[in-house]
Amino acid sequence: MNAATLIQAVSDRFPAAVTGSHSFRGDATVIVARESLLEIARSLKEDAAFQMNFLMDLTAVDFSSFGTKPSRGFFSSSGVGVHPSSEIPAHDPWPGPPADARFAVVYHFFSLALKHRLRVEVLLQQDDPALDSVTSLWAGADWLEREVWDMFGIRFRGHPNLKRILMYDEFVGHPLRKDYPVNRRQPLIGPVN
Amino acid sequence: METRDMLLNVGPAHPAMHGIIRIVTRLEGEQIVDIDVEIGYLHRGFEKMAETVDYNGVMPYTDRLNYVSPLINNMGYCMAVEKLLGMSVPDRCHYIRVIMSEISRISDHLTCVGASAMELGAFTVFLYMIKAREYLWDLVEMVTGARLTVTYCRVGGVKGDLPAGFEEACAKAFKETRLVLKESDTLLTRNRIFVDRMSGTGKISAEDAMSYGITGPFLRGCGVAYDVRKDCPYSVYDRLEFDVPVGTRGDNLDRYMVRMEEMEQSMRIVEQALREIPDGPVLASPDTGKPMAAAEMVDRAKVGNIGSIADRVAVTDPTLDGSARPLHVHIAADEKRVFLPPKEDTYGNIEGLMQHFKLVMYGHGIRPPKGEVYFPVEGANGELGFYVVSDGSSSAYRVRVRPPCFAIMSALPKLLVGDMIADLTPTFGSVNMIGGELDR
Repeated sequence: MNAATLIQAVSDRFPAAVTGSHSFRGDATVIVARESLLEIARSLKEDAAFQMNFLMDLTAVDFSSFGTKPSRGFFSSSGVGVHPSSEIPAHDPWPGPPADARFAVVYHFFSLALKHRLRVEVLLQQDDPALDSVTSLWAGADWLEREVWDMFGIRFRGHPNLKRILMYDEFVGHPLRKDYPVNRRQPLIGPVN
Repeated sequence: METRDMLLNVGPAHPAMHGIIRIVTRLEGEQIVDIDVEIGYLHRGFEKMAETVDYNGVMPYTDRLNYVSPLINNMGYCMAVEKLLGMSVPDRCHYIRVIMSEISRISDHLTCVGASAMELGAFTVFLYMIKAREYLWDLVEMVTGARLTVTYCRVGGVKGDLPAGFEEACAKAFKETRLVLKESDTLLTRNRIFVDRMSGTGKISAEDAMSYGITGPFLRGCGVAYDVRKDCPYSVYDRLEFDVPVGTRGDNLDRYMVRMEEMEQSMRIVEQALREIPDGPVLASPDTGKPMAAAEMVDRAKVGNIGSIADRVAVTDPTLDGSARPLHVHIAADEKRVFLPPKEDTYGNIEGLMQHFKLVMYGHGIRPPKGEVYFPVEGANGELGFYVVSDGSSSAYRVRVRPPCFAIMSALPKLLVGDMIADLTPTFGSVNMIGGELDR
């Protein structure tokens, strides 16, 4: 399926759960409600129309400082976008960052049989960054969710072993959050043994 | 008789652990009953750093992801940002990128097969394969000026064109590589010790592999013919002919066979690409224009003597070889807001100078529109994806890498539990874990 029909198929199947969609640069993207993620994910994997047998990537974006970066140069660039080439569709613009959510958890699905890709985003508030784990559907989600927890402090309900993966256990904070300064140092604590 | 399990730490500093990783095994006799993999020893904060530098500034960081095949990382990142910008590069540039990625893929596979053979006692094979890798890295050095951290691609193009004599050097290197592959094949494929230790160990079914998100030679060893170059063709791969080798049993031996065959296919791709590349195999030649020292060019331009430098080629630092004006049009997209002008224009006219400074001045640079894209390429270990979010400023808002060996490493317990402790070495070898990519 191409991007438009894929988005249409998902929205038709879950009219209440899909809160937004776009296909910026041809990447089919749907934004879904947190409560129905697991149900949608199961359908994406098992339904013959989608057959998303790969969870290619799972990550998150902290949108808390989107567009607030100060212009460092005295003269700022006009910021006009480069003209898109004819190969890449430009008619579907990006709708912009989420209006009232801090985090977006981003899933990239791929179907080997049907050769289509779908990006699913779940928006989360700052005060309750938690959602359902998809480890029961894709075993690869285990480490990916641990990484998102480690880097962003987003909890996955039902994850069998949600602990840090790249940072060490004593590390304080979540380094890919925008409020974690890039130059903050913490004393490295050796392993217990 | 009372028995108890034994805990055995393999790593973090262990000769067979290719880099730094800790595997805690629980053993019952010699059998592995449980396993815990600890990663993160090489975490450098790639994704955080990528948010602080401009778009081209990320390039040196991408070299250090999979440091055995940095050119594929360069290409993947560039193509993701180009997709975000909505632009394309000249055909010749596509071909150069494909040639360089395939050379990197061979060097990556040589390292993987050589190192895992060495861990099983076949030290000769390791030396032979590293010898072949040297020939390929000489090619890489010839084109990029560096061997390991190459930083060759730029958003919208590549650093410089292929140098004179590249095709002959490539033919010679491939001849040597084929010889080494033949030798190694006779040393390994019918070697009783090697085959006994590789065959039937580290088995995984195709369903499990897909559920873990495993891609690349590892998945193809299980019999699933998924290759990004074939299934989601990018660049010019759809114009090139190559086969995707697959295994049947999903064990270490099949993955070894797949990698051996892929090296041959990669050489086939490079040879085709060199034949088909527009404007001949090499453009860089010393007689493309009359040379003139860059400093003199600047002096003449300052006093307005433009006429005398119009047809000259600037003699620049050797690191800029292959980017002179006659070649520039073939290696870089014609997009002034993305790619630096040739040095002749920077020194010789005000438009070039402005273009140069608008791209390099602090706080300026490439400014993609707001948006998010995901772009996958076939890395040496599997699907290497870059997810880039832009907020319209001169540095990326978020850069995420999908490291192919991350998925394979997460399946390590599945691969190893039930096997003997001695099987850990060949299985881990066939994963081809690259610390820089795994821990970022």
